[in-house]
Amino acid sequence: MSVTMRFGPYGGRYVPETVIGALDELTAAFERYRDEPEFLGELGELLGHYVGRPTPIYRARRLEEAWDLSSELWLKREDLCHTGAHKINNALGQVLLAQRMGKQRIIAETGAGQHGVATATASALLGLECRVYMGRTDMHRQRLNVIRMRMLGAEVMPVDSGSGTLKDATSEAIRDWVTNVEHTHYIIGSAVGPAPYPEIVAHFQSIIGIESRAQMLDEVGVLPGTVVACVGGGSNAIGIFRGFLDDPDVALVGVEAGGEGLGGLHGASLAKGSPGVLHGSFSYLLQDPDGQVAEAHSVSAGLDYPGVGPEHSHLRDLGRVTYSNATDEAALSAFLECSRREGLIPALETSHALAYVRDSAATLAGPVLVCLSGRGDKDVDQAGAALGIDASA
Amino acid sequence: MSIRLAPRWALTPVPESGAERLARTFRDADRPLFVPYVMGGYPDLESSARHAAILAEHADIIELGIPFSDPLADGPTIQAAGQVALDAGVRPWDVLAIAEGLKGGPPVVVMTYFNTVIAHGASDFLGRAADAGVAGIIIPDLPVDEAGDIRTAARASGVALIALAAPTTDDARMQEIGEQSEGFVYLVAVTGVTGGEMTMDDRLRSLVDRARRHIPVPVVVGFGVRTPEQAREIGDIADGVVIASEIIRRIGDAPDPAAADAMVEQFGAGISAALRA
Repeated sequence: MSVTMRFGPYGGRYVPETVIGALDELTAAFERYRDEPEFLGELGELLGHYVGRPTPIYRARRLEEAWDLSSELWLKREDLCHTGAHKINNALGQVLLAQRMGKQRIIAETGAGQHGVATATASALLGLECRVYMGRTDMHRQRLNVIRMRMLGAEVMPVDSGSGTLKDATSEAIRDWVTNVEHTHYIIGSAVGPAPYPEIVAHFQSIIGIESRAQMLDEVGVLPGTVVACVGGGSNAIGIFRGFLDDPDVALVGVEAGGEGLGGLHGASLAKGSPGVLHGSFSYLLQDPDGQVAEAHSVSAGLDYPGVGPEHSHLRDLGRVTYSNATDEAALSAFLECSRREGLIPALETSHALAYVRDSAATLAGPVLVCLSGRGDKDVDQAGAALGIDASA
Repeated sequence: MSIRLAPRWALTPVPESGAERLARTFRDADRPLFVPYVMGGYPDLESSARHAAILAEHADIIELGIPFSDPLADGPTIQAAGQVALDAGVRPWDVLAIAEGLKGGPPVVVMTYFNTVIAHGASDFLGRAADAGVAGIIIPDLPVDEAGDIRTAARASGVALIALAAPTTDDARMQEIGEQSEGFVYLVAVTGVTGGEMTMDDRLRSLVDRARRHIPVPVVVGFGVRTPEQAREIGDIADGVVIASEIIRRIGDAPDPAAADAMVEQFGAGISAALRA
């Protein structure tokens, strides 16, 4: 089986010539090891005993009640993964590929810091050197994760260009890769970037969807009527959606960052963007008429990105997935409600998906399955400040 | 039925294409070519137009950069220069206007990222570039295997699509790049982004040698060339030399516009002399 390089018209490899050889090498490695028993054994062992997979699905009865849902609400508990989010699924898969390609050095970009922490963790585990690029704005708002990465032995490089967020960190990571490509593997954290990255990330994250589908059938007895996930670059979303793409009766909803509302600053590339090239792939993008990439905005660093993975662009055009959005304010209130009703502090990214469920309750076919992509420990400073909760005596 | 006018080519001689013009430039010079880079709109539009005009007196080809928000192949110097231009509201057409002002001088090639080319439609962009007299276009994030449609549009507009090759490009791919590229091939001297520093060593010599063996069109080397000595060393083994970040850096260091102009004149003359020596 070959590796998908384009999703409809989207995807491709719009990168400097210098890294084309490395992309070919990565494509070949992925093709060779993807289904190789020894690779699968090693990854499966780590996912089972190190990450804690399979993660459970959990019925959020108190949110059903609070939000007056007419159907059941199930949460796929990726927040229970080691390091606190789904990002570790991809980081471990890619670090094992890097090891087989003989690369000694790992680099990554990070927005919310979850991918950075996952990559730092996987690198520590395999004894690889690790550097993570992170926008300075994000370093402030996700301070906890900066400390975690440093404790794990990774070097965190602040990025000051642009708005100091995920887009800028990704550009800087690509520049590092262009410079050090011979001995460095770049672990992209979302389903974005030049081919074969979107396919590789979706593949390693598809375990979310594969598990969820089986768990719904086993434990609930039916497939979900609606699956909801937040979308920045879109890795947790594509991971869970891939389990249900062939089930035509399962509605799939991706929730982008509505920011201040779609009339103001936001991160809703699929709602308000147009196709263009950013970070190596052709996909929907927030841009001005001359193709200059616009700055996104979201309260959540992980969704604060003007682009989106190419497979999402294709699924949008096909109409297979509906893309909606939730504002900063809606996400923050959902964050607090989930914390207080369920005792689960969700990531601010995930809170967008929850806000969508709350605000669209009447129209959703049940049962509703939400990908609870990560936990919100990293967000307590920022959400606390926004919600007026602090640690003063 | 509409009345058809005779097409323009039936009335006037076929104009020379950008690729032909570039080929003639290499053919006519019996020395390595000097290709300086100017970022359109840095430090401001008027200054960049003036710097390009000054350099045109010494250069064989002028490379004009169009500022882009996310220049993946560029190091900090060109990134920052592009940001200055964008912050001042410089648009691609403003840079094409600089090219237009250079008509009658050495051929102009435009360096632009792919999203700029497709934002208004590739045919539109290339048509406007051709109207401005642009001979060629360099798109650092468009490898040859993604270039199909653009190549067709570029040929139709008479703008040469100049491909890049890198130290990591293998022989078979060098061959492919050589076959696809029009005008010349831009050989990246270092594994990295613009603005580093090249060192003339066996590795670089063998890279240039390998490129020239597999690439039928002229090979121009850039990335990290800073001094007349380095230009001459490259000139000894390649068909031309691009100097970019170093010029931008020196413009940025100049205390005032007059000093910047004088520096550009002196630097351009120095490199040109080194390549003629």
